[in-house]
Amino acid sequence: MRSHRLISATFIVLPVVVAVLFTSLLVMLVGNEPGEVFQTVWMGAFRNSNALAAVVNFWRPLVMVSMGLVITFTAGLWNIGVEGQMMMGAVFASWAARSLALPHPIQISAEIAAAALGGALWAGLAGVLKTRLGVNEIFGGVGLNALANLLAIYLISGPWQPPEGGSAHSTTPFPANSLLQPASTEFPVSMVALGLAFASIIGVTLALRGTRWGLQLKATGKSSASARLMGVPTTRSVISAMMVCGMLAGLAGSYRVLFTYESLRPLVSGGIGFLGLLVVLLAGIRALWTPFIAFAFAAIMAGSTRLRVSLQLDASLAGVLQGALVLLVLLSNGLRGRVVEWSDRRAAKQAASVSETASPGARHE
Amino acid sequence: MEITLRHIDKRFGKVHANADISVTFSEGKIYGVLGENGAGKSTLMKILAGFQPADQGEIVVDGKPREARLHFGPTESIRSGIGMLQQDPLDIASFTVIEDFVYGSGARLTMGLREARKALKIQCQRFGFDLDQESPVSHLTIGQRQQLEIVRLLALGVRVLILDEPTTGISAEQKETLFSTLGLLAHQEGMTILLVSHKLEDVVALCDRVVVLRAGQVVGEREMPATTSELVKMMFAEELPPQSRQAVTLGKKRVALEDVALRGRRVSLEGLHLSLSSGEVVGLAGLDGSGQDLVLRAAAGVIRTARGRVTVDGRDMTGKSYRQFRQAGVAFAAAGRLEEGLIAGLTLTEHVALGMPGALVKWRAAEADTSERLQRFNVRGRPESQVQQLSGGNQQRFLMAIMPANLALLAVEQPTRGLDVDSARWVWTQILARRASGTAVLFSSPDLDEIIQYSDRVIVFFAGRFIELADLSGVSIDDLGHLIGGQFEQANHA
Repeated sequence: MRSHRLISATFIVLPVVVAVLFTSLLVMLVGNEPGEVFQTVWMGAFRNSNALAAVVNFWRPLVMVSMGLVITFTAGLWNIGVEGQMMMGAVFASWAARSLALPHPIQISAEIAAAALGGALWAGLAGVLKTRLGVNEIFGGVGLNALANLLAIYLISGPWQPPEGGSAHSTTPFPANSLLQPASTEFPVSMVALGLAFASIIGVTLALRGTRWGLQLKATGKSSASARLMGVPTTRSVISAMMVCGMLAGLAGSYRVLFTYESLRPLVSGGIGFLGLLVVLLAGIRALWTPFIAFAFAAIMAGSTRLRVSLQLDASLAGVLQGALVLLVLLSNGLRGRVVEWSDRRAAKQAASVSETASPGARHE
Repeated sequence: MEITLRHIDKRFGKVHANADISVTFSEGKIYGVLGENGAGKSTLMKILAGFQPADQGEIVVDGKPREARLHFGPTESIRSGIGMLQQDPLDIASFTVIEDFVYGSGARLTMGLREARKALKIQCQRFGFDLDQESPVSHLTIGQRQQLEIVRLLALGVRVLILDEPTTGISAEQKETLFSTLGLLAHQEGMTILLVSHKLEDVVALCDRVVVLRAGQVVGEREMPATTSELVKMMFAEELPPQSRQAVTLGKKRVALEDVALRGRRVSLEGLHLSLSSGEVVGLAGLDGSGQDLVLRAAAGVIRTARGRVTVDGRDMTGKSYRQFRQAGVAFAAAGRLEEGLIAGLTLTEHVALGMPGALVKWRAAEADTSERLQRFNVRGRPESQVQQLSGGNQQRFLMAIMPANLALLAVEQPTRGLDVDSARWVWTQILARRASGTAVLFSSPDLDEIIQYSDRVIVFFAGRFIELADLSGVSIDDLGHLIGGQFEQANHA
C-alpha cells in the first residue's frame, strides 16, 4: 500500500517536471534564458496586488466553468458546448444590462439571473439533443458554440450596434449602474463575483459528495444502462447535469461582459471554456483539486502577458507549457496504472518466495 | 499430441489461482476438467492456451518443455498446436462466415478464397455442421459460432482443443453434433480434447477421464465411467442434497401481456398472451436470440411493445418507462451483470445508497445497511469495495441483495450464468423465497436442466415462434432440446 502512495506521488510530480524541462528547452532554442522566463511569469502574476487581481480576474470565470465541467464529466458527458454556454450567458446578461434600469443591487441580481438562465437553456438544448434525438453532446456542442457566437456577432453589428455606426468589434459600453464594481483601485476585483465563485466551489463539492443527485450523476456516468436498470432517471441526470454546468458557464460568461470588457464582444468567452476542460482533466475530475489547478493556470496565463513587455517573447509560450502539462499528465496517468500493476505482481512474487523459504524453517523448530 | 503441465503456479494478488499444478493430458482422449467457480480451471486453461502467462512452471508439448512464465500469446499457442474455444467464441461479428474462417490464417497468405471455401465445405460436411458461408457471423446462434470456431481452429492445424462450457445455449441437435465431432477428433484422429464444464451429465456422456480442481489444486483424477454423484463428491468432498421446491398455491394475477407484438434486431414475434400469477415461475427456453429475451424485457418494461397491452397488478403499463415499471413493483436482472445491472466504478455502499430515499445521502446509514445486506446474502466483499472487484458469484448475490423487496414480478435473464453448482443453488434459493412471498418469476436460461427444474410452466421459442408447455410432467431435457431446435411438430403430436 505504501508503495502505491509513493508511485502516485511520483506520477503527480514527474509530468510537471518534464513539462517545465520541455518548455525550458523550447525557450533555450529561441535563444532565451529559461530561468529568466519563469521569473518573468512569476513576477507578472504576483509582483503586487494589481497583478494578483489580474490573476484572480482570470481565475474567477475559469474556476466557475471548471466546477461546472466537473459535474458534466461526472455524468460521463464531454460538454464541449461550454464555450457557447458562456457566450449565451454573456448575451443574456448584456440584454439585462442594456434594457433594465433598476436599483444597483437588484439590477446586478437580475443580470446574474439572466446569465444563469441563458447558459442553462443553451446547455439544456444540447442535453435534449443528446437524450431525445441521439445527437452526441460533442457534436451538438460544437454546433451550438458556433451558433451562440453568430448570435453575438449579429447583435453587435445589428440591433445593439453603437449609435455612431456599425462595427463588429463591440457594443456600446454598458451603463455604470449595470456593471460589477471593483473592490478598490489597488485590488480591482469584484467581491460579488468572487463570492459567487467560492459558492460554486463549495456547492458543487457538496452536491457531488452528499446528495442523491450527485450519486445519480456518477452512476449515470459510469454506466448509463446499469443506472437505468437500478431506477436512476438517467435522462433527467444528463439534462440536469448539462443545465447546472451551463448555469455556471453562463455566470462565468457574464463576468466577462459585466466586468472585464464592460460590453459584449464576439468570442467573449475567450477560450476559457476549453481551458476549463483541460483544468478538469488535469484534476482527474476531482472537485477539490479543480480550484487550485485553475488558479495555477490563471497565474500562468495572467503572468505570461509580461513576457512580451520584458522579453519580447510571445505570451503563447504559456499555452505551450499548459498543453505540454496536460498531455504529460494524461500520459503519466496511463503509465501509473501499468506501474502499479507491475509492482503488485512483483510484491506477490516476493510474498510467494518468502513463504516458500519460510516454511521449511518452520518445520525444523 | 501429449501435453504435460509441471508445477504451474499463478497468483492474482492474494488469490492463489493455481497452486503447483502438475497434470498430463495424453493424445486420443477427451478430458473433463471439473471444479467449482474459482477452483482455478479457467486460469489453468488460459495459461495452457497462451491467454495469460503463469508465474512459475513449465508446459511440455510432445517432450519439448517451455517456461510457462513467459508470455506466449494465443497466436503462438495455436501455432504450437493448442487452440481454445471460449464460452463466447472469439469471432468477429461484422464478418461473414467465410471471412471469419479465413482470418487468422495469416501465416498462409497464399491460401485463396476459393480453396478456403472448399476447405470449409469439406469440414462442414465431415462433421455435419450447418453453416451458410455468406451469412454474417452476427446472425449465427452460439451453437453455429462454436462450429465455425472449431473448423477454423482445425484449419489452423490445432491438435489440442480446449472447450470452455461448450454445451450452454445450444440445441439438442447441435449438442449431439458437437459430441460426435469431438469423439471423432479424439478417438479416430488422436487429438487431445479438454472439456471445461459445470454440466456433469455432459462430462459423463463424453469424457474418457476427468481431472478435478479445488482451491487451485488438483484434488482428483479418474478414468470414466463415473456417475454424476461420484463426480460431485470429488468436486465438493460431499454430496449435495437435491434442492427441494415447496409447492406454492398460485395467487392473483400479477402481470399480463395481452396480444403483444415485439420487434427485435434478429427476430420479431406476434400475438403473445402471457399471464403470471403470484407465486408462479415461468421459464423461457430457446436458442439465444429466438425471442425469449424480448419477452423477458417487455414484461419488465425495459423495451416497449410494438402492439398489445402490458398490465401489472391490473394497472395498464403499456408504453410506460422502466422506472415506472420499477415503481409498480417490477425488477429486471440482465445476463450481463456488469453491463446491465451493477455499475463498475461504484462501491457497494454507493449501490445501496442509490436505492435509498431522500435528497441527501446518509452515508453512515447506507454503509450500515450495506454491511447488513452483505452478511445476510453471504456476499464476500467489503462495503467500500468497488463492485467489479467481486467474483461473478458474489456479484450475482449482491445484485439479488439490492433488489427491492415485495416485487410483483422478478424478471431474470440467465440467473446462473457462469456460476458453479453451489452459487447457482444459492441464487435459486433466493428467487424461490421471493416466489413464496407472492412474487411472480419470469426467467430465461440456455440451461435446459434449470428450465425443467424450476419452472411451473415453460414457453419455448424458436425464431420468433413460440409454444407453451403448461404441464411439464413427462417432458424430458431431450424433448426440450428438440423443441428449442425448432421441431414444434413433435410437441403437438405428444
